[in-house]
Amino acid sequence: MKTSRAGAMNWLQPMLLFLLFGLIILSAGMGYIRISFLEVLKIVIWKLTGDRSSLHGIDSTLPYVVLEVRLPRILTSAIVGSGLSLAGVVFQGILLNPLADPYTLGISAGAAFGASIALLFGITWLGVYTVPMFAFIGATATLGAILLISSFDRQTSSNNLILAGIIVSAILSAGVSFIKYVADEQVSIIIFWLMGSFASKSWTDVLLTLLFVMLGAGVCFFFARDLNVMSLGDRSATSLGIEANRVRIVLLVTASLITAACVSVSGIIGFVGLVVPHLMRFLVGPDNRKLLPASILAGAILLLCADTITRAVLPSEIPIGVLTALIGGPFFCFIFRRQRAMRVYG
Amino acid sequence: MDKVPVFSISDINFSYGNVSVLRHVSLELREGNFYGILGPNGSGKTTLLDVMAGIKAPDSGSVLFMGKDIENYSKKELAKGIALVPQEFYINFPFTVKEIVLMGRHPYIPRFGSASADDIEVVDYTMRLMEIEDFQDRYVTELSGGEKQRVVFARALAQDTPVLMLDEGTSNMDIRHTLKILGIARDRVRKDNRTVIAAMHDLNLAAQFCDHLVFLKDGKIVALGPIDIVLNEQNIKQTFEVEAKIYFDEYSSSMQVAYRIEPTSSPIRHKA
Repeated sequence: MKTSRAGAMNWLQPMLLFLLFGLIILSAGMGYIRISFLEVLKIVIWKLTGDRSSLHGIDSTLPYVVLEVRLPRILTSAIVGSGLSLAGVVFQGILLNPLADPYTLGISAGAAFGASIALLFGITWLGVYTVPMFAFIGATATLGAILLISSFDRQTSSNNLILAGIIVSAILSAGVSFIKYVADEQVSIIIFWLMGSFASKSWTDVLLTLLFVMLGAGVCFFFARDLNVMSLGDRSATSLGIEANRVRIVLLVTASLITAACVSVSGIIGFVGLVVPHLMRFLVGPDNRKLLPASILAGAILLLCADTITRAVLPSEIPIGVLTALIGGPFFCFIFRRQRAMRVYG
Repeated sequence: MDKVPVFSISDINFSYGNVSVLRHVSLELREGNFYGILGPNGSGKTTLLDVMAGIKAPDSGSVLFMGKDIENYSKKELAKGIALVPQEFYINFPFTVKEIVLMGRHPYIPRFGSASADDIEVVDYTMRLMEIEDFQDRYVTELSGGEKQRVVFARALAQDTPVLMLDEGTSNMDIRHTLKILGIARDRVRKDNRTVIAAMHDLNLAAQFCDHLVFLKDGKIVALGPIDIVLNEQNIKQTFEVEAKIYFDEYSSSMQVAYRIEPTSSPIRHKA
C-alpha cells in the first residue's frame, strides 16, 4: 500500500475537480425552489455563452435565483473552503506541526476583534463591507504583531511563532469577550458573525476571495518544494540551499492574508483548515506539490457541502462554523485514531 | 600545496547572546583530507561546522570557502559545495525514505522541474550503498534512530558535494554501520580528492579515520595538525581532562587511545 501511495492517487485530483463541478451545479438547484440539474446547467451555459435559446422553457425567475442568489453564495463557500485548506497546509508546513491550522497564530482572533469593534460601535461607513474591512485590518494587524513579537535578529522560529500566536490570541479573545460583555443588543449580532455564515454573499465577495486565494495559491506553489525540504528543520534546509527564514516569512504572510480574506468574508469557520490537510496528507502523502492542489479541491468540496446542508437541507439555517465543528470534530477523531493505529506519525 | 585551501578561516568569533562559543578561531583546511574535530560537549564543534557551512554568520572574522567569502555565495551554490549530516534528525511528516534521499538532489533540480534520470540514479546508488534500499518506501517517521541516520547520510551523499560535514553523524548507529559510513567518507577523500570534516566523540575512531585533527575547548583551538603529531597524551589531557595513553595498535594498524579510570571522586552523600 505504501509503495503505491504516490502512484495510485493520480486519479484523485481529476476526480475531485469533477466532483466539485458537479456539486456546484447540483447545489445551485437545491433550496426553497427546486431547480433540476439540467436547468441549472442551461442557465450557466446561457450566462457563459450568451445563447438565449438554451433558456427555452425555463421559468424567467430561475436565472435570477441561480445566478444572483445561489451561485455567489455557493462559489464563496467553495473558495473560502479552498483558501482555509490551502492556508492549513502551509501553516502546518512552516510551523512543522501537523496540528497547526490557519487560526493557530491568532489570525482569526484578530479578525474577530476587528469585526466586533465595527459591530459594537455600529460603524457603517463602508456599507456592508465595513465589518469585513475591520476584520481584515484586525487580522493583518495581528499578523504584524506576531511577526514583531517572534522575531529576534530578524530570524523567527516555529516555536516562537506558535508561542507569539498563543499569547496574542489570548489577549484578543479577552478583548472580544469584553466587547460582548459591554455590547447590549449588538451581542447577538457579534456572536452570529463569529460563528460564520455565507448568507447573502455577492459576486463581489466571490471576486475578492478568489483574488486572494488564487494569488496566494500561486505563491505557495512556487515554494512548494522548498516547503517539503523545510520539514527537515532549518539547519538541514539551509544546507540544502534554501533561504529558510525568508521562505518562512513569505509563506507565513501569504497564508495569513488568504486566511484574513476568507475570515473577513465568512466569519470564523473552524476545522476545515485542520481536517482537510490531514485527510489529504493521508491520501496523497506529505509532498506539497500534490498536497496543495488536493487540499484546495477537497476544501472547496467540504465547505460547499456543509453550506448546502445548512442552507438547503436542514429545516432552518444553523451557523456554518458550528456545523463544520460538529461534523469535523468527530471525523477528525476518527482520522486521528486511524493514523495513530497505522503509525503514520512517529 | 599551492592550491587554494577549501576553507580558510581567520579569527572568527561567535556568541549566542552574551555566551561566547567560538573565540579567535583560525583554521586552514585543504582538499583531499579527512579532518576530525574533537572536543568536549559544548566546546563549539557544531557551531564551528555551522559557521563553515554558511548556516550561521560569525560575529567577526572571515570564512573563505574555495578562496571566496562564504557570504558571497548563494545558499544554493553552497548546497552544491557542502553537504551536512546533522546530529539530530527530526521530522513531523511521513515522507518516505526515498523522498528524503531525493531531497539531497534539491539544489540540482530546477524549481518547477522534476528529478532527472541522473538524479534518480544517484539516489538509487546511495540507497544501495547505505543498505537502505529495502525500506526505501517506508516512512522515515517509523525508523529507528540509527536507520534514520543512515537515511540522512544517504541524503548527504546524494548531494554529491566536494565537502562533506558530519556532525556526530554516527552517534546512533551500530558499530558495523559506523565503520561503513566512515569508510565510505574516507573512500571519497582518497579516491575523489574530496574533503570530509567530522565532529567526533570517539577518539579511537578518529584515530583510525582522520588525517588531521582539530582539538577544541571552550571555543578555542587547543591544537591542530596531522594526526601523528597532535594526537598525544598532553592534548587529550588539556582538551578532555582525562588521563590517556596513546599506543600503536597492530590489529587496527592505527594509533589508539586507552583511558585510565581514576578512583571515583564523587562526594559521599551522608544520610540525615
